[in-house]
Amino acid sequence: MLIGHQPKPFLLSVEGLTVSFDGFKAVNDLSFYVEENEIRVIIGPNGAGKTTVLDLICGKTKATSGSIEFRGKDLTKLKENQIVKAGVGRKFQTPSIYDDLTVFENLEISFPRGRTVFGALTFTRDATVRDRVHEVAEMIFLKDRLGMSAALLSHGQKQWLEIGMLLIQDPDLLMLDEPVAGMSVSERAKTAELLNRIIKDRSVLVIEHDMKFVEDIAHKVTVLHQGQILSEGTMDHVKNDPKVIEVYLGH
Amino acid sequence: MNDSRFTTRSELIGILVLAVFLVVILPLCLDVFRLNLVAKYLTYAFVALGLVICWGYGGILSLGQGVFFGLGGYCMAMFLKLEASSVENTKIQSTPGIPDFMDWNQITALPFFWKPFHSLTFTVAAVMLVPGIFALIIGAAMFKRRVGGTYFAIITQAVAAILTILIVGQQGYTGGINGMTDLRTLKGWDIRPDHAKIVLYFFEVGLLFACIFIAQFVRHSKLGRILVAMRDQEDRVRFSGYSVANFKIFAFCIAAIFAAIGGAMFALNVGFMSPSFVGIVPSIEMVIYTAVGGRLSILGAVYGTILVNFAKTSLSESFPELWLFGLGGLFIAVVLAFPNGLAGIWGDYVQPRIDRLIGSRKPKSGAGWTDDSVADGAPAE
Repeated sequence: MLIGHQPKPFLLSVEGLTVSFDGFKAVNDLSFYVEENEIRVIIGPNGAGKTTVLDLICGKTKATSGSIEFRGKDLTKLKENQIVKAGVGRKFQTPSIYDDLTVFENLEISFPRGRTVFGALTFTRDATVRDRVHEVAEMIFLKDRLGMSAALLSHGQKQWLEIGMLLIQDPDLLMLDEPVAGMSVSERAKTAELLNRIIKDRSVLVIEHDMKFVEDIAHKVTVLHQGQILSEGTMDHVKNDPKVIEVYLGH
Repeated sequence: MNDSRFTTRSELIGILVLAVFLVVILPLCLDVFRLNLVAKYLTYAFVALGLVICWGYGGILSLGQGVFFGLGGYCMAMFLKLEASSVENTKIQSTPGIPDFMDWNQITALPFFWKPFHSLTFTVAAVMLVPGIFALIIGAAMFKRRVGGTYFAIITQAVAAILTILIVGQQGYTGGINGMTDLRTLKGWDIRPDHAKIVLYFFEVGLLFACIFIAQFVRHSKLGRILVAMRDQEDRVRFSGYSVANFKIFAFCIAAIFAAIGGAMFALNVGFMSPSFVGIVPSIEMVIYTAVGGRLSILGAVYGTILVNFAKTSLSESFPELWLFGLGGLFIAVVLAFPNGLAGIWGDYVQPRIDRLIGSRKPKSGAGWTDDSVADGAPAE
């Protein structure tokens, strides 16, 4: 970019974001900023509005007011598929994969080509696609499972598969909703290793409850409480914030 | 690395078997009357084929395919009716040169929307475009608003009911409850005698295979896999950058166009078209054909249609009042016991035995997409 001496703009700027469901403000006048290549973890008690924030960014939920600016585009005005095209990828809380397709086909669908009806009809599985799928499959520890029906994967493998589907998309902002929830200890360690590898060269927004995990990966932590920011900063800063201890960590 | 885009080898064999069955065995074994009955059944196979894509793969249950079958059929029937209503043929009418039912309803001039149907080219285009565009409008109105599942099914039913009422009510323009009868010639070629029935049968079978190949192409394209993916996890597809509504509209339109081709062939083979093929009951019957044949199987849908209709003909000849109960029972039985229909039974029980009999179980070529030949049933952890 030809910015020169100007300060680097934020990748994602959320300002005054509010959403109300029948008067209940799940997210209330929320503002935060994510830099390029930053790993941001959002924590907070149940019902704090963490998942809603991700829903708002990826377009699943429409904001009542406020703006979400990503690379100069206002995401609140875009449709879901345009938001994906702009470079935002999102993993859901429960593994959302296509049970009736093979692991290969699951990954292939996320390959960013042929996303229109006509494009999908004329899509060919060429060497580029095949190589990329193999490359990602290796990353997510599913190299020898490519021909298998995705329904037969274990819970942890399904989570990895969905992460892999996002990797193929190659988003600039990767949003992960509890990526290690429900995993065994060994799966958890592998996932941390996987995440540490894939978060290079992109910004990541993670929701996670596992404090050990958060400490490992977070550059910055945002604590949400009742739809508002309670505290923000490094893990150490947040951990020692009395407000945070009171509502969250102390429990 | 045998990534065949259209068909796998076993599917190709299946298509060949069906071709031999329809092109050689049936014409040799059946008299012209029965063969014409099969031709009538096969017109529904077009609808079933569309439902495999729309319902089986895309998960969009339409209970109103009769609408598109009817629109295609009426377009064709309008052309044939106009040809049968030449001034010479209708000189006893008070207004010669218009269809008989218009004359009975005191209409004295051909309505404007009937005029283009003098042209066969226009008619052939209309057979596909009228239902296609209608499906596009319904699809866009529903899917863009995220209406789906049961709500969509109910709306398609309502459309079927409305269209029936419209056709019956506008007797002067549509022939009303009797429909359009006494269709005679296609560009001067009489469609009623036996030899014409045989020609029409083979023409229809040809069209059916064209549609089967189109369905195969869609199914084996990435679009086919996206439909399956959407059926499972609509949101995941949406947040992978696809406009889910557009894919649903496409599946619905292609099903509508297939149904319309079937309807047009119905008008030609059976020689009339009436609102009794448009409404709710025929629409649901068409779904049953697909369910019995196997909603995930392109060829299964064809066999299912032929089989259910054979049963319908023979049962309703002997026990007319019991037939509908039989059909309903069949549907419930299939859904409860064999959700994938005949094709599912074949795939689960018959095919493995045949494979074992042949004995030479080479590595499967069916899944042939990958270069490091992964076994199909790799054990899960």
